Amino acid sequence: MQQETKTVELTGAEIFVRCLQEEGADLIFGYPGGSVLHIYDALYRQDKVKHILVRHEQGAVHAAEGFAKSTGKPGVVLVTSGPGATNAVTGIADAYMDSVPMVIFTGQVPTSLIGNDAFQEVDTVGITRPCVKHNFLVKDVKDLATTIKKAFYVATTGRPGPVVVDIPKDITAARFEFSYPKTIKMRSYNPTVKGHPGQIRKAVDLILSAKQPMLYTGGGVILGNAAKSLTELTRLLNYPITNTLMGLGGYPASDRQFLGMLGMHGTYEANMAMHHADVLIAIGARFDDRVTGNIEKFCPHARIVHVDVDPASISKNVKVDVPIVGQVDPVLKAMIKEIKAGEARPDQEALAKWWKQIDEWRAMDCLKYDKTSELIKPQHVLETLWRLTKGDAFVCSDVGQHQMWTAQFYGFDKPNRWINSGGLGTMGFGLPAAIGTQIAHPDETVVCVTGEASIQMCIQELSTALQYHLPIKVVALNNRYMGMVRQWQEFFYQGRYAMSYMDALPDFVQLAEAYGHVGMRIEQPGDVEGAIQEALKMKDRLVFMDFVTDQSENVYPMVPAGAGQNEMILL
Amino acid sequence: MRHIISILMENESGALSRVAGLFSARGYNIESLTVAPTEDPTLSRLTLVTRGSDEVIEQITKQLNKLVDVVKLLDLTEHRHIEREMMMVKLKVQDGEQRAEVVRMTEIFRGHIIDVSATAYVVELTGDSPKLDAFIDAVRGFEVVEVVRSGVMGIARGDVALRL
Ligand SMILES: Cc1cc2nc3c(=O)[nH]c(=O)nc-3n(C[C@H](O)[C@H](O)[C@H](O)COP(=O)(O)OP(=O)(O)OC[C@H]3O[C@@H](n4cnc5c(N)ncnc54)[C@H](O)[C@@H]3O)c2cc1C
Ligand SMILES: Cc1ncc(C[n+]2csc(CCOP(=O)(O)OP(=O)(O)O)c2C)c(N)n1
Ligand SMILES: [Mg+2]
Repeated sequence: MQQETKTVELTGAEIFVRCLQEEGADLIFGYPGGSVLHIYDALYRQDKVKHILVRHEQGAVHAAEGFAKSTGKPGVVLVTSGPGATNAVTGIADAYMDSVPMVIFTGQVPTSLIGNDAFQEVDTVGITRPCVKHNFLVKDVKDLATTIKKAFYVATTGRPGPVVVDIPKDITAARFEFSYPKTIKMRSYNPTVKGHPGQIRKAVDLILSAKQPMLYTGGGVILGNAAKSLTELTRLLNYPITNTLMGLGGYPASDRQFLGMLGMHGTYEANMAMHHADVLIAIGARFDDRVTGNIEKFCPHARIVHVDVDPASISKNVKVDVPIVGQVDPVLKAMIKEIKAGEARPDQEALAKWWKQIDEWRAMDCLKYDKTSELIKPQHVLETLWRLTKGDAFVCSDVGQHQMWTAQFYGFDKPNRWINSGGLGTMGFGLPAAIGTQIAHPDETVVCVTGEASIQMCIQELSTALQYHLPIKVVALNNRYMGMVRQWQEFFYQGRYAMSYMDALPDFVQLAEAYGHVGMRIEQPGDVEGAIQEALKMKDRLVFMDFVTDQSENVYPMVPAGAGQNEMILL
Repeated sequence: MRHIISILMENESGALSRVAGLFSARGYNIESLTVAPTEDPTLSRLTLVTRGSDEVIEQITKQLNKLVDVVKLLDLTEHRHIEREMMMVKLKVQDGEQRAEVVRMTEIFRGHIIDVSATAYVVELTGDSPKLDAFIDAVRGFEVVEVVRSGVMGIARGDVALRL
């Protein structure tokens, strides 16, 4: 027998697996194929890294996003070259837009064949370049471990994002001594952590001088694990706060100071308070056009403080007065310290007046809907879901009207519980994201809110859910329409419903059953509560609830594209 | 306004396409772009000329800095700097009079004739871009067979420097 030396020679595939172990990435989502067979073989011969087999590579990426968004840890994906990589692209772009920390490993044809139009060859690095934080092509097995280390480092630091590592098949067969770097330094990549003290002081001065202040916070608070500090600062100031779609859960929704979501489908009070604010405190939010509406009309009276880890987010869409580059949490902590140490306090008199004004806007009750209808109202389903899950479920949403109603009606008191696709708005996100979330939180209630159109974009993942015994509760708000499209056609195209009617729908109850799950159809408002209760009781089964809802329901309020934030369409 | 941005980046395959891709993806314009390895072979130096409002230039430099392969950059336009571009021009010359005229022009512009054949001269010229433009204007009377320009390079004057 050969004696083992200090450093062991391993194949690239074995090195790959060891790197994941060292990284603590013990769960990966993927789908095999020719170029990654050595890696799959190495995975087979160990039991530390668990592999979840999805049914489509897009599903693998969304599942990993669900895992990442619900845990704060990086999501890891493994797919084969060519079609495996291209199928993953939608998910990668989705993760890029929402700044999700992810490492995606793609197989590649052997280095000797690259550029020859080899079987299942695509230029993965080229195709993914515009939708990744960074990507690598590994050209030598001796670089493999360092590259993987760099990939995790880049994906999880600064503004998080997806990193693709493309690994040619011959690299996974070649041998090299394994050693995993403990730390890594890259001269070209040094994200800022702490904010500039002078800027923080300036910001605090401006914040305390406000008469009509407004906190506008986003996904950066969730990504930066800063909900606690944000809550402390907000309470200390007694200022009103709104969250973007991606920032929900960053501040407890049930709290009096919370004005709801802002933006296109934000609340009247949040949008009006934005419009009339004299000091805007933007934290980990990127002034997206769904939030600002017409930039010319955005926050016309406000001086703006903006905290963001990405300098390119600052003054990209809206010019700001006090920029602070840094991680949300240390910056918020420094602000709290600065305020507590100083003499200045918010102007209570002005603040009382401001709150009075806000309460008047609130009294508009902008989220009201017809509670006497004979048809099931989607809002009613979501309110009931919230009540029965005590507002404490992990809720993964697809894209459309149902997503907006969930954002409006399911109040999140904790971060990382609201998992949706905001930047790319990818239909098909919900179910695989729920799979990743449920795997990360096996004992928690995980709900997938979806529409009859969205669910069909990744419906095949019902099979994955069965394989891994994931008791997800699917709440399908079935309005027989691409409701979000229908709403725009009703408002802006005089009711010409081009291609938005969902004809030839499958019987979702039978479909769920065919996949080995429980299916329910709910057609009466009176049955909503009982159905959800029954579904929640089935702790070990996936239950697909097909709610037949009012087809004509629209999402209100709505800021039409190009309008100012204060120019909302109300019910 | 016109800006000359100098970039030090990792000398890795793909780094250049990240820069070029950024410009096309975000709709920024590139007037010229030159790139070559530096005295440190792990680094490339890229010079690009672009135009945009102050806001656009600010975004361009931020987005460039955000690229993981970019180590450092300098907007030369914000400093006293020297700008140079090299050009080679092939001119058709039919007779002695034309030859003499090209030689004279080349002297006036402090260029060199670097290739001579029975029918053509190649003139090499270095300077800032307007000077090169002026030369092309000055030789319009000849048949210009081809023009090759290097794109702009630049370096800051004095103590300001772009280095690690
Ligand atoms: C159908 C549909 C309708 C929509 N309607 C609305 C709407 O009405 N209202 C709404 O708000 N959105 C809406 N959106 C979502 C919208 O498209 C954007 O995705 C969202 O507004 C962006 O949220 P954000 O500004 O919080 O940024 P995110 O995309 O969450 O970006 C986070 C920001 O924080 C920064 N950051 C990240 N981590 C940190 C850290 N640790 N420290 C500091 N900074 C950090 C990042 O650099 C970035 O600038 C809708 C989407 C869809 C699909
Ligand atoms: C992959 C993809 N294709 C198209 C769209 C455009 N789009 C946005 S919402 C929507 C309709 C969604 O319908 P459904 O899932 O039934 O949800 P509803 O709006 O009815 O609640 C469409 C087509 C998209 N966001 N994603
Ligand atoms: Mg629908």
